[in-house]
Amino acid sequence: MDPTKTEGTEYFHQVVDCQWGCPAHTDVPEYIRLIAQGRFTDAYMLNRESNVFPGILGRTCDRPCEPACRRTRVEDKPVAICRLKRVAADNRGDISDRLPTAPKQKNGKRIALVGAGCASLTVANDLMPLGYECVIYDALDEVGGLMRTNIPSFRLPASVMDEEVGYILDMGVDLRLSSPIESMAELLKEGYNAIFVGSGAPKGKDIDMPGRDESDRIHIGIQWLESVAFGHTEKIGKKVLIIGVGNTAMDCCRTSLRLGARDVKVMARKTRDFFKASDWELEDAEEEQVEIVVKHSPKEFVIEDGKLVGMTFEKMEYDLDEKGRIADTRVTGEEAFFPCDDVILALGQDTAFPWVERGIGINFDKWSVPVLDEVTFESTLPGVFFGGDAAFGPKNIIWAVEHGHQAAISIDKYCNERPLDERLPRGVNLQSAKMGIHEWSYSNDYDPAGRRIMPHVDLKERFKKLNIEVELGFSVEQVVTEVERCLNCDLQTVFFADLCIECDACIDICPVDCLTITPNADEDTLKKSLKAPILEPSQLLYVSAALKQTSRVMVKDENLCVHCGLCAERCPTAAWDMQKSSLVIPYAIDEAREDAAKCQAERKAG
Amino acid sequence: MTSITKPQIIHEGMARNALGLTIRDYEGRMSTLCAGCGHDSVTSAIVQSFFELSVPPHSVAKLSGIGCSSKTPAYFLSAAHGFNAVHGRMPSIATGANAANRELSLIGISGDGDSLSIGLGQFAHAVRRNLNMLYIIENNGVYGLTKGQFSASADVGTKAKKGEVNEQQPIDPVQMAMALGGTFVARSFSGDKEQLIPLIKAGIRHNGFALIDVLSPCVTFNDHEDSTKSYAYTRQFFHPAMHADFVPPAEEIKTAYDEGEVMTIELHDGSRILLRKISKDYSLNNRGAAIDYIRSHHRKGEIVTGLLYIDESEPDMHAINQTTKTPLNDLPFDKLCPGGEALETLQQRFR
Ligand SMILES: Cc1cc2nc3c(=O)[nH]c(=O)nc-3n(C[C@H](O)[C@H](O)[C@H](O)COP(=O)(O)OP(=O)(O)OC[C@H]3O[C@@H](n4cnc5c(N)ncnc54)[C@H](O)[C@@H]3O)c2cc1C
Ligand SMILES: Cc1ncc(C[n+]2csc(CCOP(=O)(O)OP(=O)(O)O)c2C)c(N)n1
Ligand code: SF4
Ligand code: SF4
Ligand code: SF4
Ligand code: SF4
Ligand SMILES: [Mg+2]
Repeated sequence: MDPTKTEGTEYFHQVVDCQWGCPAHTDVPEYIRLIAQGRFTDAYMLNRESNVFPGILGRTCDRPCEPACRRTRVEDKPVAICRLKRVAADNRGDISDRLPTAPKQKNGKRIALVGAGCASLTVANDLMPLGYECVIYDALDEVGGLMRTNIPSFRLPASVMDEEVGYILDMGVDLRLSSPIESMAELLKEGYNAIFVGSGAPKGKDIDMPGRDESDRIHIGIQWLESVAFGHTEKIGKKVLIIGVGNTAMDCCRTSLRLGARDVKVMARKTRDFFKASDWELEDAEEEQVEIVVKHSPKEFVIEDGKLVGMTFEKMEYDLDEKGRIADTRVTGEEAFFPCDDVILALGQDTAFPWVERGIGINFDKWSVPVLDEVTFESTLPGVFFGGDAAFGPKNIIWAVEHGHQAAISIDKYCNERPLDERLPRGVNLQSAKMGIHEWSYSNDYDPAGRRIMPHVDLKERFKKLNIEVELGFSVEQVVTEVERCLNCDLQTVFFADLCIECDACIDICPVDCLTITPNADEDTLKKSLKAPILEPSQLLYVSAALKQTSRVMVKDENLCVHCGLCAERCPTAAWDMQKSSLVIPYAIDEAREDAAKCQAERKAG
Repeated sequence: MTSITKPQIIHEGMARNALGLTIRDYEGRMSTLCAGCGHDSVTSAIVQSFFELSVPPHSVAKLSGIGCSSKTPAYFLSAAHGFNAVHGRMPSIATGANAANRELSLIGISGDGDSLSIGLGQFAHAVRRNLNMLYIIENNGVYGLTKGQFSASADVGTKAKKGEVNEQQPIDPVQMAMALGGTFVARSFSGDKEQLIPLIKAGIRHNGFALIDVLSPCVTFNDHEDSTKSYAYTRQFFHPAMHADFVPPAEEIKTAYDEGEVMTIELHDGSRILLRKISKDYSLNNRGAAIDYIRSHHRKGEIVTGLLYIDESEPDMHAINQTTKTPLNDLPFDKLCPGGEALETLQQRFR
């Protein structure tokens, strides 16, 4: 194989599994180290740079970083990355002088943002410091979008949201609540320099089944949660059935319990492996005695004397193939009746743009999804951008934030008439972590401790009020242990082939056997000659240049490396070095600086 | 963070041997040798060999003298027995251990200083006694522990780090063992585990004294340009004469060999050594010819390696002395110590 190129590529970025998995590329290992040093405010600010809402996300993030976390390769559970984010947020000091500010002198450009959810807020966060005037419209009379209306307050306290949303609004955003945009055509006429659509995916899916229209006790999940959030709904019947088993279902069942329900069942068509809800949401619901009934497909609502009394379900059966996928689905013919007082439909959401006229240049595909550029988020009408759930359908907060960052870059380029696709690449900086003969600038000792368990409010106490936050946050002892579980994947093993004397010291010491010196060969042969078998073919393989003494090559399977630094420590010639990688992610402000510099250079050149 | 110990991580891809143990169960404490020392690689080859042979660690006794090499038993098989003897005196301790408990698998680790300078006499007698043990000399041409003075294995003309030249003839433990009637004589290199591991396994299983002289560079005092025991020199002048593969009892021979290409030697426990000639003109069964071959190559600066002599038929120390088959600690007390009357009878026989 050819020597692996690591310089000027994203090789080392990919090694940091959590950061690679995070849509906004949050620098997880660095903030965990800052927490370990007690530098909570710094940890918070580092988070804020990429994910804007550390306090909110530290409680609610979908955490794609955790399933990706390297720790799962040496034990069951990943580092509690998300809940450590909350530690930074909860313990931060005064940050008022470290927040971005808007210049007094505006740049004269006005941007309209439709929807006051996290996507629009991120765009405003990135554009306000550049001198833009941002006008955010929302149909509702509160700011925050689904974070406010749908994520229950026992998971996300309003105060946490108010604070973080406030940081953005306080830069001087022109927030116009109770101002639904009813026509894009009209909005276009108002002379904004650009428009960002962050209107979310507001349409909860319904079901067409006998009895559906005969009762007012059949609710649509996201609408019902919204009416609870605004205090319009304060109670529910004793027996509740939730249809669907995604994250919305989990919020619906737990909210029901807080409004008086005593027997809540979540009805699932398939088996657990196919649930959309995250494991931790399922665990939290089950802790509260919600029963999850599998292999039941809804058949009809049973109405007696004009009153909903229950539902019938068809029992299902599934055959799995050897990979665990569903090969065959069967209706067994057996039916089951479940009595209930209320039904909540938690079947997912769709985007809806009744207010965007067709034929004004914004094209939609056959599923009524706007046609967008995946990098710039620009629609087919120049100057109109989409992001968050409105862009590619419902996702989550962290994706909406990343869309916001990217759309902000595009909007700034658009307003300055620079090509939208000429964007700065992400970069990786490396710096040696060597401090002395056996001294590294990070805690490289492997801590075998298991993941800390989040303490919860007592099972009786938590139901007394709707907004009692269930998760208490980690204790000091838990933080101290949990931070040490992080393997510091950003401390990269960097190899200098010309220094290696092939003494095997690194190979012998590596606790996970991820290094091999072997004659070079084609990829398949090379992969078969490794010291430990390849378990994760998708992970990177590093192949060095030919070594001096024997022309063999050093091969590293990145999958297992625990970044302990022992290879570098036992190497007599410093052919291995531990180097801290930092990802350089360009935001609107960086792109703006770059563009301004280019502009100047072009002007000079005439 | 300062120096750490090797973490005990059992990862998914980790193999288990017939005893259900992983290779971690065969490791020892963290090495305190210089980073890059050849001795650490030998340690790792020993770990690998015992693991692959599924030897219960507690059935092994590790013995050594003094030197960096002699420190290494601390770095493998933590669960084994061990004895760190005074300088050059490991063979007599090994003799005692073997006399007392013939069921222990003995592994002795020594250095060129420990065996060829101060301990030469002890070494020679262990060979001629055909003591049933694996005896590894980690040979680096210097006294590593005492900061790099020439040892008795230093070649004529080789330069020390500070420049002085050795003018005394080297002692080659391989030629010596051949001359003294050694029954298993091998040489290898710490940087070639493919050659070394089968040799260690065969040496463990050989019935009698198995010597492996392992060239094991001292990175700190003898890895410079004019040294004949450096990594680079050894790699350049490495001359494998006989390759040995080790096949445990009841295991199929997987590699396909041409007719007449290999010679199979069956060991006492049923395992086999498959010997393959790498050098056409090497003759394995003739001590004299073997010594000539090694000498003539040494004159050219070459280091002849591989399993250079083996004789599985010679009696070991216990057989020669017709001792009891039972380890002494398993003998009932009245047999082990038959009392004053028995002593009297015995003494009578000599009067
Ligand atoms: C029940 C539930 C629980 C969830 N839990 C989580 C979670 O724990 N973690 C997570 O990461 N994600 C969660 N999500 C998903 C997450 O809330 C969304 O992905 C995210 O809020 C999308 O942000 P957004 O800015 O794109 O849109 P939204 O947050 O949906 O904001 C859109 C805003 O636009 C307004 N709007 C719409 N149309 C117009 C118009 N024409 N004029 C003016 N205003 C308009 C709406 O009123 C709304 O305020 C959950 C979703 C649901 C439904
Ligand atoms: C009786 C006695 N004499 C001298 C010494 C000093 N001494 C310690 S180690 C050593 C030489 C070790 O050389 P070698 O066996 O080659 O081991 P290496 O360190 O090279 O592996 C000497 C002379 C001693 N410890 N005891
Ligand atoms: S171990 Fe730490 S750095 Fe590595 S993926 Fe997990 S959280 Fe990220
Ligand atoms: S840092 Fe080096 S020794 Fe440690 S696991 Fe990674 S490759 Fe192995
Ligand atoms: S420890 Fe250093 S010199 Fe030795 S093999 Fe590894 S990289 Fe090469
Ligand atoms: S001094 Fe030489 S023999 Fe001793 S540990 Fe260091 S490198 Fe090894
Ligand atoms: Mg020595």
